[in-house]
Amino acid sequence: MRNLKRFRYLAVLVALALAVSSCGSDSDEAAAADCELNQIDGDLALYNWAEYIDEEQLAEFATEYGISATMDVYDSNEAMQPIISAGNSGYDVIVPSDYMVSILIADSKVQKLNSEAIPNAKNISSDFSGLYYDPSGEYTVPYQWGTTGIGVNTTVVGKDFPRSWGLIFDPSISGAFDGKIQLLNDPRETMGAALKYLGYSLNTTDKGELDKAKDLVASTADRLAAFNTDSADEFLTSGETVIGHGYSGDMFVQFLETDNPEDYVYFVPEEGGTRWIDNMGIPFDAPHPCTAHTFINWLLGADQGAALSNWNYYGTPNDAAVAGLDEDLLDFVNDPELLAGGVDSLEEIEDTGDFEINYADAFVEAKG
Amino acid sequence: MSTSVEPRGWAKAALHLNGWVVYMFFYAPIVLLVIYSFSNSRNVGTWGGFTFDWYRDFFDSSNARGALSNSVKIAIFSTIISVALGTMAALSLERFTFRGKKVFDALLYLPIIIPDVTMAVMMLLFFGEFFDVLDTLFGLGLRKGFWSISISHIAFNISFVSVVVRARLAGMNTDLEEAAIDLYASRWKAFRYVTFPQIVPGIAGGALLAMTLSLDDVVITQFVAGPGWTTLPVYVFGLIRKGVTPLINAVSVTMLVISMLLVVLSLVAQRVRRSG
Repeated sequence: MRNLKRFRYLAVLVALALAVSSCGSDSDEAAAADCELNQIDGDLALYNWAEYIDEEQLAEFATEYGISATMDVYDSNEAMQPIISAGNSGYDVIVPSDYMVSILIADSKVQKLNSEAIPNAKNISSDFSGLYYDPSGEYTVPYQWGTTGIGVNTTVVGKDFPRSWGLIFDPSISGAFDGKIQLLNDPRETMGAALKYLGYSLNTTDKGELDKAKDLVASTADRLAAFNTDSADEFLTSGETVIGHGYSGDMFVQFLETDNPEDYVYFVPEEGGTRWIDNMGIPFDAPHPCTAHTFINWLLGADQGAALSNWNYYGTPNDAAVAGLDEDLLDFVNDPELLAGGVDSLEEIEDTGDFEINYADAFVEAKG
Repeated sequence: MSTSVEPRGWAKAALHLNGWVVYMFFYAPIVLLVIYSFSNSRNVGTWGGFTFDWYRDFFDSSNARGALSNSVKIAIFSTIISVALGTMAALSLERFTFRGKKVFDALLYLPIIIPDVTMAVMMLLFFGEFFDVLDTLFGLGLRKGFWSISISHIAFNISFVSVVVRARLAGMNTDLEEAAIDLYASRWKAFRYVTFPQIVPGIAGGALLAMTLSLDDVVITQFVAGPGWTTLPVYVFGLIRKGVTPLINAVSVTMLVISMLLVVLSLVAQRVRRSG
């Protein structure tokens, strides 16, 4: 994408040459939009992941404020970023993941939030303060979150097992289930799990630590049913695996599809694991920034936050919303062993820059 | 005469078999797709009994219905424009000589040759900056959406239409056209009553291709779409992130049915023309 930027500069130059006057208009982009609480300055255009909010909920917002609300969808952060960065996207609210927020902030592609227009930000759990990508929450608020951990079929494995990554990596614990274990087919997630088991950060840029993780994954490869990302949850409930590495939201949904959801357990091992956080932000050139603030504030309310999680089954960062969660979801969320090592043991996957290729290489070598 | 070129014995049998294998290769996945769109299980590949639920989900979802109607609107509009422009381009390149004809000829193939992603990024930057400039100059307040997607689809479809129409024109004798002009038909009348009826199958083929490409396009559309203008393929692509459920099969089957209807319609249109 670097070369493209050069093109863009060229195009911007042409545009500047044509637009002789009005140069000072966007010089004060650093200031937050001048919006009052619940102010509406036009229709809402939301740019979100597919199936991430109930369309009825969106319609409710539209009716409540007497505007129309549209939602368009993207399938990856990387698909969304160039569209926002090119400008004139027409979107008012976007939902980038953690690492993408740091990229958007660095490129000045999201605007500062006006905290006076988002009083409901007080509902956000303290677990989400001081995030590495937006430490003071100036630019974004969390939307939904989730973890990567282990799903277990307790009818086969039993209930008496250590809440540790050793359940996958240590043959003396899970040797009896060889061939029924699965790891994600994802360099950062799977190398990250091994790094955590070894007591390192999953964002390490130390070649020695990564090599040890590589050896660990390599020694486990023969004991696996598969390296698979798309069907981790389905393998577990269809009996192809009994211990699976996967994403929290996918696991919950899949467990609830079965006749006996209580037969399955999902947890993040005590050594820690991955936490991802999707966030709401406002593009730098959003046509209706005040409607955007109003929407963000509305969605951070207790009822709306609960409705969001009850529909998409991902974790809510909203403390006030927890009381409104559906019972079956609460059963999972309230499991005291869900985060065996506590919130502090979780880490977001950060972009390691030039070191990233080492993760990919190590993973390919470990898979053999 | 014809028997001499026709293979015999085992060669014929092998060719027969090859034909069947090729068709199976084409259609077996489609048949599976259709079958599993009726499966009452969230997981693709596990048969969970017969159900229409996924189709109901699809038509109940206003997002999906909106995406379908966006796709159809854009496909129809961009096809009409690109067929007109593409046919004109084909005629001028095939029937006339002018300066720089070779260059135009080569340039016309560019949208066919360059990768989708390249075209998508070009379009993205074009609309990002071009709309900005228009905005600054005239304050039109242009937003990406119907027009940006349609213009992009027209941009690549012109090439495809003109290639198809040119193939038809190239195989056509100019004698009839010249005879018509000799008999005092004006240029327009010669085109209207002699040339045009002969190239209609080419135009119909080009239109069909253009419409299919427009309905199928993901990459370019995703980059140039604006608020409220998610098309069906882009919507399906987005759904995959949440795991492949039979809902995607149901949507795909719907698209398949639309595409097949188009093919059947064009065949019928050509038959009517021939017998009429």
